[in-house]
Amino acid sequence: MTRGERQNLIKGLRFTFPWILGLLLFVLYPVLASLYYSLTNFNVFLKPVFIGLENYKNLFEDTLFWTTTSNTLFYAIIALPLSMVCALGIAILLNQPVKMRSVFRTIFFLPSLVPLVALAILWLWIFNGQYGILNFALRKILLPLGLDAPNWIGDPRFTKPALILMGLWGVGGSVVIYLAALQDVPAHLYEAAEIDGAGALVKFRHVTLPLISPVIYFNFVMGIIGTLQIFAVPYVMFQRGPANSTYFYSMYIYDNAFKYLKMGYASALAWIMFLLIFLLTLVATRISRSRIYYGGEQ
Amino acid sequence: MFFQFWRKNGVIPMEQNNKNTPSRRFITFKRISIAGLAVLFILFFRYVLVPGFRVDFFPGQLFSDQSDGRIRLEYWEQWTGFEGAAMQKVVDQFNASQNRIRVVKQTISDVNQRFLVAVSGNTPPDISSIYYVSIPSYAEKGALLNLDTLAKEYNIKEEDYLPVFRRMCTYKGHLYALPTTASTLALHYNKKLFREAGLDPEKPPRTLLELDRMAEKLTQYDEHGRIKVMGFSPSEPGWWPQIWGSWFGGDIWDYRETLTVNSEAYIKAMDWAQGYAKKYGVDHLQTFQSGFGNFSSPQNPFLSGLVAMELQGVWMHNFIEKYKPDLEYGVAPFPSAIPGLENVSMVETDILVIPSNAPHPKEAFEFLAFTQRQEILEQLCLDHRKFTPLTRVSPEFWAKHPNKYIRIFYALARSPHAAIYPLLPIFNVINDELGSTYTQIWLLKKNPREALNDLQANLEGEWKKEKAMIEQREKKAR
Repeated sequence: MTRGERQNLIKGLRFTFPWILGLLLFVLYPVLASLYYSLTNFNVFLKPVFIGLENYKNLFEDTLFWTTTSNTLFYAIIALPLSMVCALGIAILLNQPVKMRSVFRTIFFLPSLVPLVALAILWLWIFNGQYGILNFALRKILLPLGLDAPNWIGDPRFTKPALILMGLWGVGGSVVIYLAALQDVPAHLYEAAEIDGAGALVKFRHVTLPLISPVIYFNFVMGIIGTLQIFAVPYVMFQRGPANSTYFYSMYIYDNAFKYLKMGYASALAWIMFLLIFLLTLVATRISRSRIYYGGEQ
Repeated sequence: MFFQFWRKNGVIPMEQNNKNTPSRRFITFKRISIAGLAVLFILFFRYVLVPGFRVDFFPGQLFSDQSDGRIRLEYWEQWTGFEGAAMQKVVDQFNASQNRIRVVKQTISDVNQRFLVAVSGNTPPDISSIYYVSIPSYAEKGALLNLDTLAKEYNIKEEDYLPVFRRMCTYKGHLYALPTTASTLALHYNKKLFREAGLDPEKPPRTLLELDRMAEKLTQYDEHGRIKVMGFSPSEPGWWPQIWGSWFGGDIWDYRETLTVNSEAYIKAMDWAQGYAKKYGVDHLQTFQSGFGNFSSPQNPFLSGLVAMELQGVWMHNFIEKYKPDLEYGVAPFPSAIPGLENVSMVETDILVIPSNAPHPKEAFEFLAFTQRQEILEQLCLDHRKFTPLTRVSPEFWAKHPNKYIRIFYALARSPHAAIYPLLPIFNVINDELGSTYTQIWLLKKNPREALNDLQANLEGEWKKEKAMIEQREKKAR
């Protein structure tokens, strides 16, 4: 390191030190503390008592742990691909040269600006089994067939699908990201493909997809993290839901920590969640490594 | 200093400072912004980082405990609206009654949660209202002040209270709280629907069998065979699914050591509740119930005549008066399931506690003792439209009370079969698990016996773990 470099480093550190301090104090310390607490019995009022891996052992015998885990995975496995496909589809449509394109873009982005809690309350009314607008429409189709519309809120078979359906309401955020990526695809590549005789599908498969693959990957990883941590909407709409059908992992952590005052157990739960997300992200990165094209790389 | 450093290192262009502004004015933009930042910083610490922060604009109270020479006590209360105003009235009366202590009432939402954070962070309020079922959990963890000696000193006598309230405020033989406004649950029924169904509106059901039969008569269907009006449902409002066992002589525990949620009484109760789901069709009932409006609105199913009979608390009167004052309704003790086991109800009460690390426990208790005077409690309960936990009640209280059925609710609290939630440190777990077991039974996912046996096994495990923790703690303390 030359003198200039060292001075630069010191200068840089001086400017970033408030942020670094914040990271150490408000992120790193709590994270490490939770690791320690996960090895203890801790109820906030009294000093934590070290119990080794007891909390982690108890996890595996806890039926609610398995219920909440499977609920969360079920939700993630269906909601994530569905919302990604929808977001990409909408982005492609919004990228077509049509009249009033920016108006459409605004309309599709608007719902993701609605606060989650307001959204949840609104959808409770849409899903209302008796008077909900969704079932009003469904009954027009289903009743002549001799079927009744589902009870979205009260029937454990339909609560998770209801949440997944609702989740599509908020794809606006990822649509914008896809849209930015789509606009970045150089037009001359399409032109070249057209000269080679490629149709719309071939162009999409061999030009668009490779070029936006980093963005798909980004949305996928963020999606894994987001869906596995689902909390606010089911918490407001259903709490645990009929027969625990909408009892998700983060809600279980919350209940253990703040309702049952089992901070140690809740920390252990949180760490398992962290490991799960970490592993899934790792797997996603490994699998996609050879399939992502970064324009900047040689 | 900082700016000099920046200047030296060229972050702020030298020439700008040296050439263009040679004059050294005292008030510069920079200084103003530094001062502004400093003020913001202080405010941030005062209001955001300090738990139990308060936003009011009396500087005297802001920075000192004894601005007017009085000891200032912070009192956390969860009630807002007319109930909050009723409590404020008591606080004002107390502050006027002496000149040594000033109680300041703060409205705190989710008070159980905040209480926990504040006490463990050693910045507790002096007095707080918490949910009474938290007493065992908080007392076990040393968060509540034992009030035994203070109660004796201020002449608060056990025998002044109805037995059920003594039980609610005591844990392991020690007093931890004092009750304020009390409530019980009773059957509310719609007289107009009774008449339409050909029933005598002055004769509410007395036994569960009668209730079931009347419910059948009161239930109406539309042309598609869907339920239009429901006579009665054990799941409406469904707030206390765990207490049906009390009607069959069961309890969640034996008041010593053992949990008894899979007792025959509980199984019978759940069988009875599940009977409704089977008889009317669980899908029908669920769809019907999903159409109900918000509880606190004119679309409340009882107020809008969608449900003819309901188990509800003393507060129902307030909602009827607010949203549907012309509703013709009656109140009676909820029908008995077993001959001889009459006047079963569940009792609840608001309570006041003092945190174990409160700075002025004695002064705080002086306020608590003040609230327990008969005339003060009666005034408070009148304003809350509930009843008092005391054995003695003045005739004026009954005369002035806006709820004409108030005596029924009070009688239920006096009944030997008045039930309360189990005073166990793991109450929250029990409550949640019982609730979700109930939905499984209601949705016909499990038969009651099997479901309750599973629950018992599950809760016993939890209880064993908790007991081991308590023992460990007690050993350490010794």
